[in-house]
Amino acid sequence: MIQESNTPLWKLDGAKPFIQIKNITKKFGEFTAVDNVSLDIYENELFCLLGGSGSGKSTLLRMLAGFETPTSGQILIDGVDMADIDPWDRPINMMFQSYALFPHMTVFKNIAFGLKRDKVPKKEITERVNAMLKMMQIEEFANRKPEQLSGGQRQRVALARALIKRPKLLLLDEPLGALDKKLREETQFELVNIQDELGVTFVVVTHDQEEAMTLATRIGVMGNGVISQVDEPRDVYEYPRSRFVAEFVGTINIFEGRVIDAQTDYVKIASKEACSKLFVNHSINCAPKQKVAVAVRPEKIKVSRKKPDLAYNCLYGKIIDLAYMGNLSIFRVKLESGKIVRVTLPNLVRENQNPLTWDDMIYLSWDNDSSVVLIS
Amino acid sequence: MTRDSRFLKFSAILGFIFLYAPIISLIVYSFNKSKLVTVWGGWSIKWYVELFNNQQIIDAAMVSLKVAFITATLSVILGVLAGYVLSRMGRFPGKMVVSGWITAPLIMPEVITGLSLLLLFVSMEKLLGWPSGRGITTVIIAHTTFCMAYVAVIVQSRLAQLDDSLEEAAMDLGAKPHSLFFLVTLPIISPAIISGWLLAFTLSLDDLVIASFVSGPGNSTLPMVIFSKIRFGVSPEVNALATIMILIVAIGVIAAMWQMRKKENVL
Repeated sequence: MIQESNTPLWKLDGAKPFIQIKNITKKFGEFTAVDNVSLDIYENELFCLLGGSGSGKSTLLRMLAGFETPTSGQILIDGVDMADIDPWDRPINMMFQSYALFPHMTVFKNIAFGLKRDKVPKKEITERVNAMLKMMQIEEFANRKPEQLSGGQRQRVALARALIKRPKLLLLDEPLGALDKKLREETQFELVNIQDELGVTFVVVTHDQEEAMTLATRIGVMGNGVISQVDEPRDVYEYPRSRFVAEFVGTINIFEGRVIDAQTDYVKIASKEACSKLFVNHSINCAPKQKVAVAVRPEKIKVSRKKPDLAYNCLYGKIIDLAYMGNLSIFRVKLESGKIVRVTLPNLVRENQNPLTWDDMIYLSWDNDSSVVLIS
Repeated sequence: MTRDSRFLKFSAILGFIFLYAPIISLIVYSFNKSKLVTVWGGWSIKWYVELFNNQQIIDAAMVSLKVAFITATLSVILGVLAGYVLSRMGRFPGKMVVSGWITAPLIMPEVITGLSLLLLFVSMEKLLGWPSGRGITTVIIAHTTFCMAYVAVIVQSRLAQLDDSLEEAAMDLGAKPHSLFFLVTLPIISPAIISGWLLAFTLSLDDLVIASFVSGPGNSTLPMVIFSKIRFGVSPEVNALATIMILIVAIGVIAAMWQMRKKENVL
């Protein structure tokens, strides 16, 4: 197969999606867990479904695995409709949040379970399981029971068990949720390497945006059973398309205001909250005087004691809170309107001769291309 | 704290004396040399020797063991099925009623269970010709009806604790529902099944009331023989027999508890 180098499949016209989710709805009684979701996921992707609890992300994953039947809609995997295919016949494996290791079996038997069900010859099972144990660096635990393993070791066993059948698609439900922070970071990169090496398509469900950022080729942000935005991690962070996405992913300052001038290459907004006119250098589809919101990330904001020579995007306020985090400092600045703005500054020097402190009056500003206008 | 703990110790000792003094005196008197039950005449094991020469008691013991063994096995099979259905059917209309029905034999007075089963067996014999007369078969059926309920409750509570994703993981890895049950569910709940079996065995061995209703001539269980002997005055032989039964039941209960403990450690 000839592929244009480095262009991801989802950017190519006419590329065939590996998973096609078409207008899927799932209702539990009156409650709609997943609401008319359509989504294409391509081969070799590491796709993250990011959402809070009750967002419908796990239900969507369980429908892919076959544990839930959609109320309406269609799921195609590699062009095959999954409607009448039982979980045990799907070319999919799943890694569970609780790992779901069989407590009465050794690590070896846990990993071999899937191959035995497929009646793979005994000799081949031993070879493949041993190779997998080696790859996951858990050879020494082969004869232990799951209860004798640490959280990180269990996580590896669960991953090994899910990968042993060489599935076309691996579903991971909060794969790093049960690990402590340090182990989590190591495992994140490992997971990406494994995915790269084996060329399996991964769909990961997580509530942790940092996890989604580091793992994903693309992120689908879910809330209330709907996918609000599907984009590459950078775009989800820098160009959120709605207030929900902007606020869910990372922290962001949002100023409400009204459009005073909208052209093809810029929008001017008057915001009482910001006590300033705001300028955004991208266009939106809006009417004059329409209510909109301008969103700026805390790290995009510049701080100065002197008034910068700017007609737009220039705010003035008092520092009411500051926190030194080591690599950066967080400031909370109260504007005249009472609005509190969050600013983060990197700590570039060890000792600042004239550090910003409580009750200092400062000017906040940002570049025209640093903010986004949100309509919904 | 020390004052409290002294009080606690005192109540514990009092409670245990209340519970076990009669049993201990029974065990001690089973080694009594004297023919009179209430008079101590020195240590001896002659009542045990006599007990093993009493064919009536040996026969009754064999009947009881046979009944208990088959009852426990049948109860486990039916009880596991019932417990599995109750915990895995999800919500369906009338679930409360169905689970109530299954556990009703637990609280039903034994006299009523015995009487109703007797009536059932008699009318079945008239209509169907089976079971012909009353004997071991009818006792087994009767014991299974109430022992099954205990097993069902134990298995259901074990299954309720079980992580659903274990069964889903097995399915996901290619196990069809029937093989999933035998490969994953059954081995994981096996401690509950073993303790259920032991409990059913002990309950069946102990039962007097229901067996009295549904047993026939020549098929008396051990408790029935003891009860009928006591009506003619307590003999030291019965003390010896009771001691042996206490031993068997104690072993059964301890084994069941040990299995439960082991199960708790697994998950």
